[in-house]
Amino acid sequence: MSLVARHLEANGLPTVIIGSALDVVEHCGVPRFVFTDFPLGNPAGHPWRPDMQRAIVAQAVGLLASAEGPRTTVRAPFAWRDDPGWRQRYGRVDPAERERLLALGKERRARQAETDRVKSS
Amino acid sequence: MNAAQEDRPVPYMERTRHYYRALGYEHDYVWATFAEVPFARFAKPLATTRLALITTASPPGLANRDSRGVRHVWSGEVTPPPPTLFTGNLAWDKESTHTDDRGCYLPIEAAAGLAAEGIFSGLAARFHGVPTEYSQRKTMGEDAPELLARLRADGADGAILCAL
Repeated sequence: MSLVARHLEANGLPTVIIGSALDVVEHCGVPRFVFTDFPLGNPAGHPWRPDMQRAIVAQAVGLLASAEGPRTTVRAPFAWRDDPGWRQRYGRVDPAERERLLALGKERRARQAETDRVKSS
Repeated sequence: MNAAQEDRPVPYMERTRHYYRALGYEHDYVWATFAEVPFARFAKPLATTRLALITTASPPGLANRDSRGVRHVWSGEVTPPPPTLFTGNLAWDKESTHTDDRGCYLPIEAAAGLAAEGIFSGLAARFHGVPTEYSQRKTMGEDAPELLARLRADGADGAILCAL
């Protein structure tokens, strides 16, 4: 999404990204970014919380107009739910699962090779 | 882990590197990075602007895939909004949350409500979906230009991009 925002902006269309992967987005470098510090999957607010979703979109719309220059990041004023373990969960590597992960990777590479073969045929 | 570390944003790049090494990949993914960042100043008063919503989700049934399995930019109507979209193929935290509420990743109702209040003039008639691709070349060479063309066709003055 960061690359897409850059392309639109380079062609004169203002953009704002709403997302939760702060390091990825800032590493790329984008014009405007509303950072929501939630697990990946719910960038625009907690599920079933239309009030929060409205506030986050309002913040993004405001940033579209107010940003003075690129790399403008603002943080939404909301925390994730009462779930203290969420930051450690995504993509964690459990040493006890080493063999299972290696097998999973092998399976993925085989599937990708087949997909690439079909796409290039 | 101390309290300060517990509140730090998740280091997804580092996490992803470790995960893919554990899967046996020999080379780390190289994340795009740029010294220069383009910036288009917002020229019109917000209350007179038409804004478009963009998602990384797919249509139900992954209908944006062609016969070779290549995914393409796709579009949907904001009125009526789609009840749900397909997110199962994307990398998000499926243990900590869910995407049963489409508003938490494509907030059409929230944006339409702001337009109804006069914060901006209205939503573009279509939202658009952009595939998340491993290939930066495809995103920059095909998907981003296609999205720009669709936004221009819709008369959008700006875009809100919601990345799952």
